[in-house]
Amino acid sequence: MKILVCVRKVPDPGENEILINEEDSGIMQDDLLYSLNEWDQFAMEEALQIKEKADGASVSVVTAGGRDAEDVLHRCIAMGADDATLLYDEAFLNRDGRGISIAISAFIKQNNYDLILLGVESDLGAAQVPGMIGAILDIPCIPLVNKIEIINDNTLKVGKEVEGGNHEVYEITMPCILSIMSGANEPRYVSFRAIKKASKIEIPIKNISDLNLSPDQVGDSAIRVRQVRYFLPEMGEGAEIIEGDMEEKAIKLVEYMRDKGGLK
Amino acid sequence: MTREIFSYIDHHDGVAGECAVELFNAAKKIDAGSRVIALVFGTGEKLDNVCQQVASFYPEVWKVDNADLTACINADLVRGLMLNIIPQNSIVVIEHNSFGIDLAPGLSIKQDSSFTADILDIEGIEKNNLKIVRAELGGRVFTDVNCDISTGAVLTVRPGVFQSENSESFSGEIVDKSLEAGQVKVNRKFIEFLEVEEGDVDITKEDFLVSFGRGIGDEDNIPIVQKLAEVMGGMISCSRPIIDLKWMDKCRQVGSSGRTVTPKIYLALGISGSFQHMAGIKGNAFIVAVNKDPKAPIFQYADLGVVEDLLEFVPILTRKLSESLG
Repeated sequence: MKILVCVRKVPDPGENEILINEEDSGIMQDDLLYSLNEWDQFAMEEALQIKEKADGASVSVVTAGGRDAEDVLHRCIAMGADDATLLYDEAFLNRDGRGISIAISAFIKQNNYDLILLGVESDLGAAQVPGMIGAILDIPCIPLVNKIEIINDNTLKVGKEVEGGNHEVYEITMPCILSIMSGANEPRYVSFRAIKKASKIEIPIKNISDLNLSPDQVGDSAIRVRQVRYFLPEMGEGAEIIEGDMEEKAIKLVEYMRDKGGLK
Repeated sequence: MTREIFSYIDHHDGVAGECAVELFNAAKKIDAGSRVIALVFGTGEKLDNVCQQVASFYPEVWKVDNADLTACINADLVRGLMLNIIPQNSIVVIEHNSFGIDLAPGLSIKQDSSFTADILDIEGIEKNNLKIVRAELGGRVFTDVNCDISTGAVLTVRPGVFQSENSESFSGEIVDKSLEAGQVKVNRKFIEFLEVEEGDVDITKEDFLVSFGRGIGDEDNIPIVQKLAEVMGGMISCSRPIIDLKWMDKCRQVGSSGRTVTPKIYLALGISGSFQHMAGIKGNAFIVAVNKDPKAPIFQYADLGVVEDLLEFVPILTRKLSESLG
């Protein structure tokens, strides 16, 4: 079974203070720490676990991004991926989800993958790429999956998590796309040594013409959804912040909870 | 010419979802003069009931009855049937939930229209652009976005943001589009529905919930919040990441993929405040957030905020509360 995991390098949600740049056109990039999209870790782990169970299976990784997206690919290799490819072209930078999906679909068309896994969503929170790739390539896609069972060489049984934590169980034929829900597995620990070793591996790069795409399919003119301004939530909206040292805050909070919260 | 906007109606067990009104409102914000048409897919009597309900607040309802939708609403099937009945390049609004995520992205590709997900606010149309607001980075930043609608648009909308007090009242026309929808072959077959286990506690009945997230740091720190819950006469609950780590049972999770709670007081400790989590807190809860990150999205939702590390603050709070309650 040939498995492909599509990943993305994103600003690390826990590690950064998010500030807006001067033109309000994006977040400030200086000192921004990036890492592998957390959702993608569950997809990677799922791929590796399937590989361990199925004879002769392989796990490939791909990302569409900037030159520096190589480091998330190195991390995936350190986790256990067999090979990685970077889709890089000036035209791919700042593309909307549709553009990313077109690029990745072009890559998939050039190879024969049975199973394509992605995280549910990434920093944009749109959860769009899996379904878009499915529609572009006309292969079935199920999002929010956290149960996978291999039935035979071309069939899988999967559980899609819906509201309330319930599951819809489907049978799906390969080739297919699944987006993997958090908690589907426990992503394995990767040692610093493994990452260091993996970082020496040279990652092949494919550009627009390597993928048989034309600039008007993926260039700036093809962008349909464009962010025109970035802004932070307004200060003063939201919670009343309690001031003082910790003891004072605790005392005030107790008062509030007894007055306003109904605590007796 | 009056623009038509379509909204996809979620329904369960013969009852239309709350989204039905929200999507109507969203469509009117896109274009106040538009004619909004509800799309309802299903089968039999339950489908008819939903159409009747929806017809009281939509001028027109398109019904598609397909027997393969009996056990489960299969998103691939719905997408295929929908494409057979809506005009090319339509504007379609859909709720951003587990079904919307399944239906919408592929629909936009097949229609060759733009796709914009999880919309928080709609400003309106300017030339061929629909201007909307959405969030990125788990709610840490917001963006004004221009969506090209020259070849239509598929839009998903954050549940709950387009609620309204009064909705327009109609005696909508119900149009049966089943024949036109035809039949569609899909490569996904529904097998069964698995309900989540009951679990041994019921957090949905509690008045006081002490809820924690990743800020707890380690499983060994949970007794700190457990003690607070005891002093308050409440129960501990948690956010999704804690369940993923298997530090708590699923029955303790608050959120759209967990339980919906209606406490008097909800303490959110070390919880970042994703909308999926906040969607699980309803009623008039007094929400208190404790988080060492002053920019955590939770502070946008909470009534009261404390910017401290929960591991340092909670023991002090527990002590003060204990003294106060006597």
